[in-house]
Amino acid sequence: MTDDIGVTPAGLRKWSPSALRAGRAIGVLSSIALTLMGLLLLTFLLARFLPADPVYAIIGDNADRDTYERVYRELGLDQPVYQQFFTYALKVVTGDLGMSHITGMPVVRDLLEVVPATLELAIVAIILGSAAGIPLGVLAGTNQNKPIDHVVRIIGLIGYSTPAFWAGMGILIIFYAQLGWIGGAGRQDPYFFGEVPTVTRLVTVDALLAGRVDIFLDALRYLVAPALILAYNALAYISRMTRSFMLEQMNQEYVVTAKAKGLSRGKVIWAHAFVNIRVQLVTIVALTFGAMLEGAVLVETVFAWPGLGQYLTRGLMFRDMNVVLGSVLVIGIFFIILNMLADFAYRQLDPRTR
Amino acid sequence: MTLLDIENLRVRYPDTHGYYEAVRGISFRLGSERLGLVGESGSGKSSVGRAIMRLLPDGVKIEADRLDLEGEDILAAPEKRMLFLRGKTMSMILQDPRFSLNPLVPVGRQIMEVYLEHVKRDVTQARARALEMLAQVRINDPERTFDLYPHEISGGMGQRVMIAMMLIAGPRLVIADEPTSALDVTVRRSVLEILDKLVTETGAGLLLISHDLAVVSQFCDRVLILYKGRIVEEIDARDLARARHPYTQALLASIPDMRHPRSHLPMLDRDAIACLDSTP
Repeated sequence: MTDDIGVTPAGLRKWSPSALRAGRAIGVLSSIALTLMGLLLLTFLLARFLPADPVYAIIGDNADRDTYERVYRELGLDQPVYQQFFTYALKVVTGDLGMSHITGMPVVRDLLEVVPATLELAIVAIILGSAAGIPLGVLAGTNQNKPIDHVVRIIGLIGYSTPAFWAGMGILIIFYAQLGWIGGAGRQDPYFFGEVPTVTRLVTVDALLAGRVDIFLDALRYLVAPALILAYNALAYISRMTRSFMLEQMNQEYVVTAKAKGLSRGKVIWAHAFVNIRVQLVTIVALTFGAMLEGAVLVETVFAWPGLGQYLTRGLMFRDMNVVLGSVLVIGIFFIILNMLADFAYRQLDPRTR
Repeated sequence: MTLLDIENLRVRYPDTHGYYEAVRGISFRLGSERLGLVGESGSGKSSVGRAIMRLLPDGVKIEADRLDLEGEDILAAPEKRMLFLRGKTMSMILQDPRFSLNPLVPVGRQIMEVYLEHVKRDVTQARARALEMLAQVRINDPERTFDLYPHEISGGMGQRVMIAMMLIAGPRLVIADEPTSALDVTVRRSVLEILDKLVTETGAGLLLISHDLAVVSQFCDRVLILYKGRIVEEIDARDLARARHPYTQALLASIPDMRHPRSHLPMLDRDAIACLDSTP
């Protein structure tokens, strides 16, 4: 705080700005390291205490005693728990997440396939969902109880209450089976498999990088339906939250000030009230995006989209612990990254948090 | 010259059974003078200020036989005209700078905004004028204060920023709605003096809304006493001690006096005043 004569606390600062920045960076990095350790511990404990015997998952229920003992030792389950944890942590840190027995591939390799597939879907969905949901929410929140408010709420309600698999199948029946406008199962026409070099593993981006517009358009045909369904779900949530954030801000005194200055309604809304909901918006958009990584199982299943949600679910169903642990780890890491980005955005958007 | 001419102004808020009448037919005129509007909480004084600016929430009914600003009927003016009048011809200083300044916009930009909207779309000039205004409200280092956010300045500075912002376009009428009630006692006087000086210099009219009789009698030429949505007394500020209306007398009696300390301050006898309610 400053006193009334207008003196700043500049003289009170003991640390130079660069030292402060370095200190903050160290703080952020150590908190990330700690969170990662916690994540490793959590996944490890998950594997140990889930009522699924990892040995039976591999050898099946009918294996004899000797085989069981052998696999038990191979998995290191005879060692003390802390040693098992260190072995596990060391393997994870060196990029070894074990083999998946459902795909017969290293989990890391599987993840390199399924994570980009999910990311491609989630990124498109979150962009569309925010681009439509935020303006709709602002519109509703600044026209409370007027017709447009009800329209937006009904749009949201439909988004909330329509099961993704039902909408997905409906769209497939009409636009794929009947009209043939969109792609069916998967990320692209199998005809194009291996046509362009793999760079980002996002089919659309790789196609553009290779200059193949035909492959890009084909990938879009496959992407559009699942992305729109996810986007619509995001829109329902984002528009509802935006509406309530705006309602709260429009009742603040500074909005009266802005009006008393003679600013137009548009400026009052966008230059004043909206500025104050950005931090909250970052939070819910980040959370919505995070939820899409694991929560898109139904959409991924209906459209046979080879993504993370589907991979994790199959891992769970077939007791493939390496798959489960690897997937949970990746999702956790994404949440850490999202949190970091959100924290960074807060500091950019709200001077009070600097 | 008459700046503001109000006849029989009524403000009604919707409530569960129809409407609640917060302002029940008040009339006054305001020229290039400082007029005080005094009343207790709920007397309707803030509603009067916001009714003149037409800044009451949707659904609140404003009615009057006459509500003229420089001869122009404000109640009939389209919203577009109101956007022009607000900030340019009339402006309003709100109570608490902690809430009335946008927390995420540097104060200099908030001041400039009015200039850009009403005077000229020229950022260089707007900045220069905003810095001038900051100096005029006696802020020591305008250049540095310009880029500060509201949370980085004190309440007294915040209210001076508010004054700079509301006076930069040279309004003819300034409505100050409890401009010092939220401030520390030690800075109230200086903030009022700055407001008083600037308003007097520009020859604008000032409507000072307050619950503080002492403040109003000091900074106003004339005082209107408002009670339950009606004006019960109009009196010259220097004659306040000779007020005739029992409500005003009761208000005056409940001001503490350092020279004659009392163990109990007299309170308003509302039943007695309620009798007067029916005879306006």
